[in-house]
Amino acid sequence: MSRIYDEEWLGQRLRILRPAPQGWVRAAQELPSARRSLDEIVARAEADLEFRTALIADLENALAQAGYEPDLRGVDELRKRLESR
Amino acid sequence: MLEALTDAELVQRCRAGDSEAWNTLVERFSRYVYAICVKGFRLREEDAEDVFQDVFTRVYTHLDKLRDDAAVRPWIAQLTRRLCLDSIARSSKEQPAPEQDFEESSDDFAEIEDAFAVREAVTTLGEACQEILDRFFAQDQSYRTISAELDLPAGTIASRIARCLRKLREELEGRSEPSRESRE
Repeated sequence: MSRIYDEEWLGQRLRILRPAPQGWVRAAQELPSARRSLDEIVARAEADLEFRTALIADLENALAQAGYEPDLRGVDELRKRLESR
Repeated sequence: MLEALTDAELVQRCRAGDSEAWNTLVERFSRYVYAICVKGFRLREEDAEDVFQDVFTRVYTHLDKLRDDAAVRPWIAQLTRRLCLDSIARSSKEQPAPEQDFEESSDDFAEIEDAFAVREAVTTLGEACQEILDRFFAQDQSYRTISAELDLPAGTIASRIARCLRKLREELEGRSEPSRESRE
């Protein structure tokens, strides 16, 4: 059965795929660099006992002191990765 | 132009570490993932955001495991649905809700799939039609706003939209011809 693509049908479908909030899209696009940054922090924590201790004691503060600025999601993931090692 | 790449080509470039390709992949599927979350599953905005980020994080980290690069869209759809269901399960533990709400939305998934096919067809119409149709339908912009932002006479907006819809219909009808013939 062939479909009738009238204006109403088309208009309704065109309204469905609305833009996701820009901030969400940007955060998803920045994933590769965010992950690189997390990998770097984990590698440094493994090589530097003092840094690792500081991270475990106060993660957010230690990151800020070291010049890293991961978002909340990044901090959560980092916490999980540090705990699993 | 990365926008012109097929899904499979885009996935291959992402896997090779091309950050522009990743940006394009997110751009290509962001509305789709968003629609599944908010229209298909009617997630609250904050839950939808968590699922949205989780989907793209998993896509990024598991891209190597995708067996068929051309099947990235169904894979993303499946992943999004699963994470939406997880989110609903978590929420319903905190605040039980009637199951009926989710079953009723099954037509919405078919509409989202149609919408994606329509959007793909729109990309063949040229930039002017893409822009005006998107602004009017997906972004709810008024004729006046479209006229001002695209620097077009206000009186021509409705006729341009109608012309673009006609072209879109022709494009979609052209696409459905072969499948009709193949069934006969």
